[in-house]
Amino acid sequence: MIKLTKVFKAYPKGVLALRDVSFHISKGEFTFLTGHSGAGKSTVLKLIYADDLPTEGEVRISGFVTRTMRRSEIPRLRRRLGIVFQNFRLLDNRTAEENVAFALEVTGARRSVTGPKVARVLAQVGLAAKARAYPHELSGGEQQRVAIARALVNDPFVLLADEPTGNLDERATRGIFQLLRDINASGTAVVMATHDLDLVRQAPYRTIELQDGAVVYDSAVDAAAETEDLA
Amino acid sequence: MRLAVREALLSFRRAPALSVLSITTIAFALFVGSLVALVALNLRAALADVAERVEVVAYVTRGTPVEVVTTAMGDIQSFPEVADVTYVTEEQALARAREQLSEFQDVFDDLSVNPLPASLEIRLKPGFRDSGHVQQVADRVRGFRFIEDVRYGREWVAKLDRLRSIAGAVGLLVGGAFAAASIIIIGTTIRMTVLQRAREISIMRLVGATSGFIRLPFLLEGALKGALGGGVAVLLSYAAYAIVSRLLLRGQFFSAGEAVLIVVVGTALGLLASAVSVARHLREV
Repeated sequence: MIKLTKVFKAYPKGVLALRDVSFHISKGEFTFLTGHSGAGKSTVLKLIYADDLPTEGEVRISGFVTRTMRRSEIPRLRRRLGIVFQNFRLLDNRTAEENVAFALEVTGARRSVTGPKVARVLAQVGLAAKARAYPHELSGGEQQRVAIARALVNDPFVLLADEPTGNLDERATRGIFQLLRDINASGTAVVMATHDLDLVRQAPYRTIELQDGAVVYDSAVDAAAETEDLA
Repeated sequence: MRLAVREALLSFRRAPALSVLSITTIAFALFVGSLVALVALNLRAALADVAERVEVVAYVTRGTPVEVVTTAMGDIQSFPEVADVTYVTEEQALARAREQLSEFQDVFDDLSVNPLPASLEIRLKPGFRDSGHVQQVADRVRGFRFIEDVRYGREWVAKLDRLRSIAGAVGLLVGGAFAAASIIIIGTTIRMTVLQRAREISIMRLVGATSGFIRLPFLLEGALKGALGGGVAVLLSYAAYAIVSRLLLRGQFFSAGEAVLIVVVGTALGLLASAVSVARHLREV
């Protein structure tokens, strides 16, 4: 579903952000992307949502190959992804429900369709009661829930989360993480970049660790190798 | 489309100060441009008035039969440069002199013979009222045997030519400079609104908005601001014109069509400037 093959990413000043990164994430899988800041986690996500293109290698997402697809196809790809950031990226002058509806409106959806859908995802993230609140009236955890609702409203097949708990206290972090697990349990794949190792240890999910732009550990590969050794 | 219109209108409500600022900026840029155009318009009208008086006067040798002159008049009339030819008889010339030089009434009364020659007054068509064409016509008329002398204000016509080309060059230069300045100013103003909404644009892109979808509200906003700015510019120009007309000199104002043209130019500039700003921004994100 998401497949990176021998991906290199170099930035203009010769900085090599990713070197020879390959992995495959299957449908419905929950994957942690870990590593220190600057290890290349955000770059991997950016390549997946086609905000940037690989210098070498191939990034394939459910039939889209980012390097060869036309620029006009990028919006079509993004409508099938949900993206969540550390700093929420909500529009300050719109209420929670307007922020969520925004993601539907830009796809040209009719108002009669957006209303019920927005209400459903806001209920799913536990914010039905605060639909009319503006971002500044919400706590950090609640703002992140709005952002997640926005990411979910287009029924994505994968949710990409870049340090979604980076700005949150411990309690809010637990809440958001549980929400992501629930979303995954209902069938949506989740790729979560984080440097919070406590979180990683809490759940038995696949972990890909990056260091200086290279994959240094992939629990799926290691497990497969172990199985092979035993056999 | 409905959403785009709503977004464009909302931007006025969300940032009223910035909207007023951009409309005012556009209005002033167009206002200054309109003033230049108004000056050019009046200058051209004044020059055309003066040029109207460009004429070639050919003096007819005394005793030339009227039929000969009439035939020649037909020939001259058929010159492509010539608007009309008038025959002024000796008596008419004297009568005109009496009228125009009334202080010399006594001298005229004492005259026993009319010293003034008959003449042909040749007016040229607009577009031929410059020294080159005037000279050509004069030379050709001089070729008629019964013509004694041909006069036209040679230096005066040459000066008029120079004045015209200077006015044209200055108009073009100043007009061009102001048009360029307007585009830059309007572009910068629209860019401010684009930057103000940079976050919104980046979020729109993240959730899968197409470039066209993102662009449309800005284009509408730019066109609307340009149109409003153009309207305000016309009002300001009219106010300036009214004041100058009352205090200094009477001139002419834009025709309704020209006023509409200013609004159209404003709209086009607004559209162009926002298209450029948004395109630049969309490439960057």
